[in-house]
Amino acid sequence: MGDPLGMAISHAIASGMGGMRAAGDLVARMQMTRGMKIDQAKAYVADKLRVSVADLTDPVIMTEIREDLEIGSIYPLPGCAKGLEAKFRIAELLDIDINCIRRLKNKGWL
Amino acid sequence: MGKIMTRMGDGFPVEMSESEIRSDLEAGTEDAADRGKIAPLSKEELQYLYDLFASPYRFVGVEPGNEIVLSYDGGALKITRAAVNVDRVQSMQIHEKILGADTIELGHVDYSFKPVKPIVGTEQTALEQTLAATHVPLFYGAMPNLGLYSQPDGPHPNPSELLPLGKIDAARESYEMSVEDAVKDIVFVASAMYESGADGINMDTTGAAGDPDFLAGLKAAEILKEKYPDICIELGMAAEFVLGLHGELEYHGNRLAGLYPHDQVKMAEKAGFTIFGPVVNIKTSRSIPWNLARAITFIKACCEVANIPIHANMGMGVGGVPMNPHPPIDVVSRASKAMVEICRLDGL
Repeated sequence: MGDPLGMAISHAIASGMGGMRAAGDLVARMQMTRGMKIDQAKAYVADKLRVSVADLTDPVIMTEIREDLEIGSIYPLPGCAKGLEAKFRIAELLDIDINCIRRLKNKGWL
Repeated sequence: MGKIMTRMGDGFPVEMSESEIRSDLEAGTEDAADRGKIAPLSKEELQYLYDLFASPYRFVGVEPGNEIVLSYDGGALKITRAAVNVDRVQSMQIHEKILGADTIELGHVDYSFKPVKPIVGTEQTALEQTLAATHVPLFYGAMPNLGLYSQPDGPHPNPSELLPLGKIDAARESYEMSVEDAVKDIVFVASAMYESGADGINMDTTGAAGDPDFLAGLKAAEILKEKYPDICIELGMAAEFVLGLHGELEYHGNRLAGLYPHDQVKMAEKAGFTIFGPVVNIKTSRSIPWNLARAITFIKACCEVANIPIHANMGMGVGGVPMNPHPPIDVVSRASKAMVEICRLDGL
Protein backbone atom coordinates (compact mmCIF):
# COMPACT_ATOMS: atom_id res chain seq x y z
CA MET A 1 0.00 0.00 0.00
CA GLY A 2 0.94 3.61 -0.30
CA ASP A 3 0.58 5.93 -3.27
CA PRO A 4 3.20 5.52 -6.02
CA LEU A 5 5.02 8.79 -5.31
CA GLY A 6 5.19 8.17 -1.58
CA MET A 7 6.28 4.57 -1.88
CA ALA A 8 7.59 3.25 -5.21
CA ILE A 9 9.15 6.47 -6.45
CA SER A 10 10.59 7.49 -3.07
CA HIS A 11 12.33 4.14 -2.57
CA ALA A 12 13.52 4.06 -6.20
CA ILE A 13 15.17 7.45 -5.84
CA ALA A 14 16.43 7.04 -2.25
CA SER A 15 17.99 3.61 -2.60
CA GLY A 16 17.05 1.84 -5.86
CA MET A 17 19.34 0.87 -8.71
CA GLY A 18 17.16 2.57 -11.32
CA GLY A 19 15.69 -0.46 -13.07
CA MET A 20 16.34 -0.52 -16.82
CA ARG A 21 17.38 3.16 -16.69
CA ALA A 22 20.58 1.60 -15.40
CA ALA A 23 21.31 -2.05 -14.53
CA GLY A 24 18.86 -2.73 -11.69
CA ASP A 25 16.95 -5.34 -13.67
CA LEU A 26 20.14 -7.23 -14.49
CA VAL A 27 21.31 -7.30 -10.86
CA ALA A 28 17.82 -8.40 -9.81
CA ARG A 29 18.02 -11.30 -12.28
CA MET A 30 21.17 -12.59 -10.59
CA GLN A 31 19.47 -12.53 -7.19
CA MET A 32 16.49 -14.36 -8.65
CA THR A 33 18.27 -16.98 -10.76
CA ARG A 34 21.38 -17.64 -8.67
CA GLY A 35 20.33 -16.43 -5.21
CA MET A 36 23.24 -13.98 -5.15
CA LYS A 37 23.51 -11.38 -2.41
CA ILE A 38 23.67 -7.78 -3.59
CA ASP A 39 27.46 -7.27 -3.74
CA GLN A 40 28.03 -10.57 -5.52
CA ALA A 41 25.22 -9.85 -8.00
CA LYS A 42 26.59 -6.38 -8.79
CA ALA A 43 30.11 -7.73 -9.29
CA TYR A 44 28.83 -10.49 -11.59
CA VAL A 45 26.84 -8.09 -13.78
CA ALA A 46 29.68 -5.54 -13.91
CA ASP A 47 32.05 -8.28 -15.03
CA LYS A 48 29.69 -9.47 -17.77
CA LEU A 49 29.12 -5.89 -19.00
CA ARG A 50 32.83 -5.04 -18.65
CA VAL A 51 32.11 -1.96 -16.59
CA SER A 52 32.81 -0.91 -13.01
CA VAL A 53 30.28 -1.59 -10.25
CA ALA A 54 29.79 2.20 -9.94
CA ASP A 55 28.72 2.36 -13.60
CA LEU A 56 25.78 0.03 -12.93
CA THR A 57 23.67 2.83 -11.46
CA ASP A 58 24.70 5.56 -13.91
CA PRO A 59 21.86 6.13 -16.39
CA VAL A 60 24.06 7.90 -18.96
CA ILE A 61 26.71 5.18 -19.12
CA MET A 62 24.20 2.36 -18.87
CA THR A 63 21.93 3.72 -21.61
CA GLU A 64 24.87 3.67 -24.03
CA ILE A 65 25.77 0.15 -22.94
CA ARG A 66 22.21 -1.08 -23.14
CA GLU A 67 21.79 0.36 -26.62
CA ASP A 68 25.11 -1.14 -27.78
CA LEU A 69 24.26 -4.56 -26.37
CA GLU A 70 20.61 -4.40 -27.43
CA ILE A 71 19.26 -5.38 -24.01
CA GLY A 72 16.39 -2.90 -23.87
CA SER A 73 16.29 0.79 -23.02
CA ILE A 74 13.77 3.32 -21.73
CA TYR A 75 13.52 5.16 -25.07
CA PRO A 76 14.13 2.43 -27.66
CA LEU A 77 15.21 3.55 -31.09
CA PRO A 78 13.54 2.02 -34.16
CA GLY A 79 14.98 -1.42 -34.84
CA CYS A 80 16.42 -1.82 -31.31
CA ALA A 81 15.66 -4.99 -29.40
CA LYS A 82 12.54 -4.73 -27.26
CA GLY A 83 10.61 -7.11 -25.01
CA LEU A 84 11.35 -10.77 -25.64
CA GLU A 85 14.08 -9.94 -28.16
CA ALA A 86 15.95 -7.94 -25.52
CA LYS A 87 15.44 -10.68 -22.93
CA PHE A 88 16.93 -13.22 -25.31
CA ARG A 89 20.07 -11.03 -25.41
CA ILE A 90 20.07 -10.58 -21.61
CA ALA A 91 19.96 -14.36 -21.08
CA GLU A 92 22.97 -14.80 -23.36
CA LEU A 93 24.89 -11.89 -21.89
CA LEU A 94 24.42 -12.94 -18.24
CA ASP A 95 24.65 -16.66 -19.02
CA ILE A 96 21.37 -17.38 -17.26
CA ASP A 97 18.09 -19.04 -18.13
CA ILE A 98 15.21 -16.60 -18.46
CA ASN A 99 12.04 -18.60 -18.01
CA CYS A 100 9.95 -17.11 -20.83
CA ILE A 101 12.86 -17.41 -23.27
CA ARG A 102 13.44 -21.02 -22.27
CA ARG A 103 9.73 -21.60 -22.90
CA LEU A 104 10.06 -20.26 -26.46
CA LYS A 105 13.16 -22.36 -27.03
CA ASN A 106 11.32 -25.45 -25.83
CA LYS A 107 8.65 -24.72 -28.43
CA GLY A 108 11.37 -24.77 -31.06
CA TRP A 109 10.86 -21.14 -32.01
CA LEU A 110 14.40 -19.94 -31.29
CA MET B 1 19.64 22.71 18.79
CA GLY B 2 15.99 23.64 18.27
CA LYS B 3 13.12 21.32 17.67
CA ILE B 4 13.42 18.65 14.99
CA MET B 5 10.46 18.01 12.74
CA THR B 6 9.68 14.34 12.25
CA ARG B 7 6.50 12.26 12.27
CA MET B 8 4.44 9.85 14.28
CA GLY B 9 3.77 6.29 13.14
CA ASP B 10 0.53 7.40 11.50
CA GLY B 11 2.39 10.00 9.45
CA PHE B 12 1.29 13.13 11.28
CA PRO B 13 4.04 15.73 11.80
CA VAL B 14 5.53 16.16 15.26
CA GLU B 15 8.30 18.38 16.64
CA MET B 16 10.72 16.69 19.01
CA SER B 17 13.76 17.89 20.95
CA GLU B 18 17.21 16.38 20.49
CA SER B 19 16.88 14.44 23.74
CA GLU B 20 13.41 13.18 22.81
CA ILE B 21 14.71 11.83 19.48
CA ARG B 22 17.67 10.13 21.17
CA SER B 23 15.44 8.70 23.85
CA ASP B 24 12.99 7.28 21.29
CA LEU B 25 15.78 5.77 19.20
CA GLU B 26 17.16 4.01 22.28
CA ALA B 27 13.73 2.86 23.43
CA GLY B 28 12.88 1.53 19.95
CA THR B 29 16.00 -0.59 19.61
CA GLU B 30 15.69 -1.84 23.20
CA ASP B 31 12.10 -2.90 22.57
CA ALA B 32 13.15 -5.00 19.55
CA ALA B 33 16.17 -6.44 21.36
CA ASP B 34 14.02 -7.44 24.30
CA ARG B 35 11.26 -9.03 22.24
CA GLY B 36 13.52 -10.78 19.73
CA LYS B 37 16.34 -11.69 22.14
CA ILE B 38 18.74 -9.99 19.74
CA ALA B 39 21.43 -7.34 19.97
CA PRO B 40 20.34 -3.69 20.15
CA LEU B 41 21.83 -1.15 17.75
CA SER B 42 25.30 0.14 18.63
CA LYS B 43 26.03 3.70 19.77
CA GLU B 44 27.43 4.46 16.32
CA GLU B 45 24.27 3.18 14.62
CA LEU B 46 22.06 5.21 16.94
CA GLN B 47 24.19 8.29 16.23
CA TYR B 48 23.78 7.61 12.47
CA LEU B 49 20.02 7.52 12.95
CA TYR B 50 20.04 10.69 15.07
CA ASP B 51 22.07 12.55 12.41
CA LEU B 52 19.62 11.34 9.77
CA PHE B 53 16.60 12.67 11.63
CA ALA B 54 18.40 15.92 12.54
CA SER B 55 19.41 16.62 8.93
CA PRO B 56 17.39 19.48 7.46
CA TYR B 57 16.89 17.93 4.05
CA ARG B 58 13.47 17.16 2.66
CA PHE B 59 14.70 13.99 0.96
CA VAL B 60 17.79 11.85 1.52
CA GLY B 61 19.32 8.84 -0.25
CA VAL B 62 21.98 6.17 0.13
CA GLU B 63 25.61 6.88 -0.65
CA PRO B 64 26.63 5.91 -4.20
CA GLY B 65 27.52 2.23 -4.23
CA ASN B 66 24.94 1.29 -1.60
CA GLU B 67 21.99 1.03 -3.99
CA ILE B 68 19.85 -2.10 -3.84
CA VAL B 69 17.20 -3.72 -6.05
CA LEU B 70 13.49 -3.29 -5.52
CA SER B 71 10.73 -5.88 -5.60
CA TYR B 72 7.03 -5.06 -5.17
CA ASP B 73 3.89 -6.51 -3.68
CA GLY B 74 0.58 -5.78 -5.33
CA GLY B 75 2.48 -3.71 -7.85
CA ALA B 76 -0.03 -4.15 -10.65
CA LEU B 77 -2.85 -2.85 -8.51
CA LYS B 78 -1.48 0.38 -7.09
CA ILE B 79 -2.03 2.50 -10.17
CA THR B 80 -5.56 1.27 -10.86
CA ARG B 81 -6.31 1.62 -7.13
CA ALA B 82 -5.61 5.34 -7.59
CA ALA B 83 -8.42 5.32 -10.18
CA VAL B 84 -6.03 5.80 -13.08
CA ASN B 85 -7.54 4.01 -16.04
CA VAL B 86 -4.82 1.66 -17.19
CA ASP B 87 -4.92 -2.11 -17.43
CA ARG B 88 -2.45 -4.37 -15.66
CA VAL B 89 -0.07 -4.79 -18.60
CA GLN B 90 0.14 -1.00 -18.92
CA SER B 91 0.60 -0.71 -15.18
CA MET B 92 3.61 -3.03 -15.43
CA GLN B 93 5.04 -0.93 -18.26
CA ILE B 94 4.60 2.20 -16.14
CA HIS B 95 6.48 0.57 -13.29
CA GLU B 96 9.27 -0.51 -15.63
CA LYS B 97 9.67 2.61 -17.74
CA ILE B 98 8.47 5.42 -15.45
CA LEU B 99 8.84 4.35 -11.81
CA GLY B 100 12.39 2.98 -12.06
CA ALA B 101 11.36 -0.54 -11.04
CA ASP B 102 14.07 -3.21 -10.98
CA THR B 103 11.41 -5.94 -11.01
CA ILE B 104 7.65 -5.90 -11.59
CA GLU B 105 4.83 -7.93 -10.12
CA LEU B 106 1.56 -8.99 -11.68
CA GLY B 107 -1.32 -9.94 -9.41
CA HIS B 108 -5.07 -10.37 -9.38
CA VAL B 109 -7.25 -7.73 -7.74
CA ASP B 110 -8.15 -10.21 -4.98
CA TYR B 111 -4.42 -10.91 -4.52
CA SER B 112 -4.90 -14.40 -3.05
CA PHE B 113 -4.07 -17.79 -4.56
CA LYS B 114 -7.50 -19.31 -3.94
CA PRO B 115 -9.62 -16.91 -6.07
CA VAL B 116 -7.06 -17.10 -8.90
CA LYS B 117 -7.47 -20.87 -9.25
CA PRO B 118 -10.76 -20.81 -11.26
CA ILE B 119 -9.52 -17.99 -13.53
CA VAL B 120 -5.93 -19.11 -13.84
CA GLY B 121 -6.09 -19.19 -17.66
CA THR B 122 -7.02 -15.52 -17.77
CA GLU B 123 -4.15 -14.72 -15.44
CA GLN B 124 -1.71 -16.74 -17.55
CA THR B 125 -2.71 -14.79 -20.64
CA ALA B 126 -2.18 -11.46 -18.86
CA LEU B 127 1.18 -12.71 -17.65
CA GLU B 128 2.26 -13.84 -21.11
CA GLN B 129 1.21 -10.50 -22.60
CA THR B 130 3.21 -8.67 -19.93
CA LEU B 131 6.28 -10.81 -20.54
CA ALA B 132 6.15 -9.98 -24.24
CA ALA B 133 5.98 -6.23 -23.61
CA THR B 134 8.47 -5.76 -20.76
CA HIS B 135 12.15 -6.32 -20.02
CA VAL B 136 12.69 -6.48 -16.24
CA PRO B 137 12.06 -9.67 -14.21
CA LEU B 138 8.38 -10.38 -13.61
CA PHE B 139 6.94 -11.92 -10.45
CA TYR B 140 3.42 -13.26 -10.12
CA GLY B 141 2.22 -12.35 -6.64
CA ALA B 142 -0.55 -13.52 -4.32
CA MET B 143 -1.18 -14.30 -0.65
CA PRO B 144 -1.80 -17.75 0.94
CA ASN B 145 -4.68 -16.01 2.82
CA LEU B 146 -5.84 -18.91 4.94
CA GLY B 147 -8.89 -16.94 6.06
CA LEU B 148 -10.53 -17.87 2.75
CA TYR B 149 -10.62 -21.57 3.71
CA SER B 150 -12.97 -21.33 6.70
CA GLN B 151 -16.72 -20.74 6.73
CA PRO B 152 -18.45 -18.68 5.41
CA ASP B 153 -15.76 -18.13 2.71
CA GLY B 154 -14.44 -21.69 2.63
CA PRO B 155 -15.30 -25.30 3.43
CA HIS B 156 -13.89 -25.74 6.94
CA PRO B 157 -15.42 -24.80 10.32
CA ASN B 158 -14.38 -21.34 11.42
CA PRO B 159 -11.69 -21.51 14.14
CA SER B 160 -12.64 -18.02 15.33
CA GLU B 161 -16.07 -19.38 16.22
CA LEU B 162 -14.77 -22.65 17.66
CA LEU B 163 -12.12 -21.16 19.96
CA PRO B 164 -14.50 -19.03 22.10
CA LEU B 165 -16.55 -22.20 22.64
CA GLY B 166 -13.49 -23.95 24.01
CA LYS B 167 -13.36 -26.33 21.04
CA ILE B 168 -9.60 -26.05 20.70
CA ASP B 169 -9.00 -29.44 19.09
CA ALA B 170 -11.71 -28.79 16.46
CA ALA B 171 -10.23 -25.36 15.71
CA ARG B 172 -6.77 -26.86 15.28
CA GLU B 173 -8.14 -29.58 13.04
CA SER B 174 -9.83 -26.95 10.89
CA TYR B 175 -6.56 -25.03 10.53
CA GLU B 176 -4.74 -28.23 9.56
CA MET B 177 -7.31 -29.00 6.83
CA SER B 178 -7.07 -25.41 5.59
CA VAL B 179 -3.29 -25.72 5.31
CA GLU B 180 -3.62 -28.77 3.07
CA ASP B 181 -6.14 -27.03 0.79
CA ALA B 182 -4.10 -23.83 0.62
CA VAL B 183 -0.94 -25.74 -0.31
CA LYS B 184 -2.78 -27.35 -3.24
CA ASP B 185 -4.06 -23.96 -4.47
CA ILE B 186 -0.67 -22.23 -4.13
CA VAL B 187 1.10 -25.03 -5.99
CA PHE B 188 -1.58 -25.09 -8.71
CA VAL B 189 -1.50 -21.35 -9.40
CA ALA B 190 2.27 -20.91 -9.01
CA SER B 191 2.91 -23.87 -11.33
CA ALA B 192 0.65 -22.38 -13.99
CA MET B 193 2.35 -18.99 -13.78
CA TYR B 194 5.82 -20.48 -13.84
CA GLU B 195 4.95 -22.64 -16.84
CA SER B 196 3.64 -19.51 -18.58
CA GLY B 197 7.07 -17.92 -18.14
CA ALA B 198 7.02 -15.95 -14.86
CA ASP B 199 10.51 -15.14 -13.61
CA GLY B 200 9.41 -15.61 -10.03
CA ILE B 201 6.55 -16.16 -7.62
CA ASN B 202 5.97 -13.71 -4.80
CA MET B 203 4.19 -15.38 -1.90
CA ASP B 204 3.18 -12.22 -0.13
CA THR B 205 1.69 -11.36 3.27
CA THR B 206 2.45 -14.89 4.42
CA GLY B 207 1.54 -15.60 8.01
CA ALA B 208 -1.41 -13.18 7.98
CA ALA B 209 -3.51 -15.97 9.49
CA GLY B 210 -0.76 -16.99 11.89
CA ASP B 211 1.27 -20.18 12.07
CA PRO B 212 -1.07 -22.23 9.78
CA ASP B 213 -0.73 -19.58 7.07
CA PHE B 214 3.06 -19.59 7.41
CA LEU B 215 3.15 -23.39 7.30
CA ALA B 216 1.06 -23.43 4.11
CA GLY B 217 3.61 -21.12 2.46
CA LEU B 218 6.57 -23.21 3.57
CA LYS B 219 5.01 -26.50 2.42
CA ALA B 220 3.99 -25.05 -0.94
CA ALA B 221 7.49 -23.69 -1.56
CA GLU B 222 9.00 -27.06 -0.77
CA ILE B 223 6.78 -28.76 -3.37
CA LEU B 224 7.37 -26.06 -5.99
CA LYS B 225 11.14 -26.19 -5.53
CA GLU B 226 11.13 -29.95 -5.98
CA LYS B 227 8.93 -29.64 -9.07
CA TYR B 228 10.89 -26.74 -10.61
CA PRO B 229 14.44 -26.64 -9.19
CA ASP B 230 15.22 -23.31 -10.94
CA ILE B 231 12.11 -21.47 -9.73
CA CYS B 232 12.58 -18.19 -7.85
CA ILE B 233 10.16 -17.78 -4.95
CA GLU B 234 10.09 -14.71 -2.75
CA LEU B 235 8.53 -14.97 0.69
CA GLY B 236 6.98 -11.75 1.94
CA MET B 237 5.84 -11.90 5.53
CA ALA B 238 2.70 -10.37 7.04
CA ALA B 239 4.06 -9.33 10.41
CA GLU B 240 7.18 -9.33 12.59
CA PHE B 241 5.88 -12.15 14.79
CA VAL B 242 4.19 -15.40 13.71
CA LEU B 243 0.94 -15.50 15.63
CA GLY B 244 0.18 -18.84 17.25
CA LEU B 245 -3.39 -19.23 16.08
CA HIS B 246 -2.91 -22.99 16.06
CA GLY B 247 0.00 -22.89 18.43
CA GLU B 248 1.53 -26.32 17.92
CA LEU B 249 2.42 -26.39 14.24
CA GLU B 250 6.00 -27.27 13.48
CA TYR B 251 8.21 -27.23 10.40
CA HIS B 252 11.20 -29.59 10.44
CA GLY B 253 10.89 -29.81 14.22
CA ASN B 254 10.66 -26.04 14.75
CA ARG B 255 7.57 -24.55 16.36
CA LEU B 256 6.37 -21.77 14.09
CA ALA B 257 4.36 -19.72 16.58
CA GLY B 258 6.37 -16.87 18.01
CA LEU B 259 9.14 -16.75 15.44
CA TYR B 260 10.71 -13.36 14.69
CA PRO B 261 12.39 -12.48 11.35
CA HIS B 262 15.85 -13.87 12.23
CA ASP B 263 14.22 -17.27 12.89
CA GLN B 264 11.62 -17.01 10.10
CA VAL B 265 14.40 -16.69 7.50
CA LYS B 266 15.84 -20.04 8.57
CA MET B 267 12.48 -21.70 7.88
CA ALA B 268 12.36 -19.92 4.50
CA GLU B 269 15.80 -21.25 3.60
CA LYS B 270 14.82 -24.82 4.55
CA ALA B 271 11.71 -24.60 2.37
CA GLY B 272 13.73 -23.45 -0.65
CA PHE B 273 12.71 -19.79 -0.91
CA THR B 274 15.09 -17.67 -3.00
CA ILE B 275 14.43 -14.27 -1.40
CA PHE B 276 13.05 -13.45 2.05
CA GLY B 277 11.03 -10.33 2.83
CA PRO B 278 10.86 -9.68 6.57
CA VAL B 279 8.26 -7.36 8.08
CA VAL B 280 8.35 -5.18 11.17
CA ASN B 281 5.07 -3.49 11.99
CA ILE B 282 4.57 0.19 12.77
CA LYS B 283 3.16 1.36 16.08
CA THR B 284 1.12 4.40 15.08
CA SER B 285 1.16 5.94 18.56
CA ARG B 286 4.98 6.05 18.68
CA SER B 287 7.32 8.31 16.72
CA ILE B 288 9.06 7.32 13.49
CA PRO B 289 12.49 7.48 15.22
CA TRP B 290 11.19 4.89 17.74
CA ASN B 291 9.66 2.76 14.99
CA LEU B 292 12.62 2.92 12.63
CA ALA B 293 15.19 2.05 15.30
CA ARG B 294 13.00 -0.86 16.31
CA ALA B 295 12.50 -2.09 12.73
CA ILE B 296 16.18 -1.84 11.86
CA THR B 297 17.14 -3.83 14.96
CA PHE B 298 14.94 -6.74 13.86
CA ILE B 299 15.93 -6.61 10.18
CA LYS B 300 19.65 -6.29 10.94
CA ALA B 301 19.51 -9.45 13.06
CA CYS B 302 17.74 -11.20 10.17
CA CYS B 303 20.33 -10.06 7.61
CA GLU B 304 23.19 -11.24 9.81
CA VAL B 305 22.01 -14.85 9.79
CA ALA B 306 20.56 -15.02 6.26
CA ASN B 307 22.17 -16.98 3.45
CA ILE B 308 19.60 -15.83 0.88
CA PRO B 309 18.94 -12.25 -0.34
CA ILE B 310 16.84 -10.14 2.03
CA HIS B 311 14.26 -7.69 0.63
CA ALA B 312 12.85 -5.92 3.69
CA ASN B 313 9.20 -4.89 3.45
CA MET B 314 8.98 -1.10 3.53
CA GLY B 315 5.47 -0.39 2.34
CA MET B 316 2.83 1.54 4.18
CA GLY B 317 2.82 0.69 7.90
CA VAL B 318 5.92 -1.51 7.99
CA GLY B 319 9.69 -1.10 8.19
CA GLY B 320 9.61 2.39 9.66
CA VAL B 321 7.24 3.77 7.00
CA PRO B 322 4.14 5.51 8.41
CA MET B 323 0.75 3.83 8.39
CA ASN B 324 -0.76 6.26 5.92
CA PRO B 325 -1.82 5.79 2.28
CA HIS B 326 0.27 8.85 1.38
CA PRO B 327 3.59 8.19 3.08
CA PRO B 328 5.54 11.47 3.39
CA ILE B 329 8.80 11.42 1.44
CA ASP B 330 10.84 12.97 4.28
CA VAL B 331 10.46 9.92 6.51
CA VAL B 332 10.17 7.33 3.71
CA SER B 333 13.52 8.41 2.27
CA ARG B 334 15.13 8.40 5.74
CA ALA B 335 13.75 4.93 6.46
CA SER B 336 14.87 3.67 3.05
CA LYS B 337 18.43 4.97 3.43
CA ALA B 338 18.87 3.85 7.04
CA MET B 339 17.43 0.38 6.52
CA VAL B 340 19.67 -0.27 3.51
CA GLU B 341 22.88 1.15 5.00
CA ILE B 342 22.68 -0.21 8.54
CA CYS B 343 21.31 -3.66 7.66
CA ARG B 344 23.39 -4.11 4.47
CA LEU B 345 20.21 -5.18 2.69
CA ASP B 346 20.01 -6.89 -0.70
CA GLY B 347 16.76 -5.23 -1.65
CA LEU B 348 13.50 -3.71 -0.56
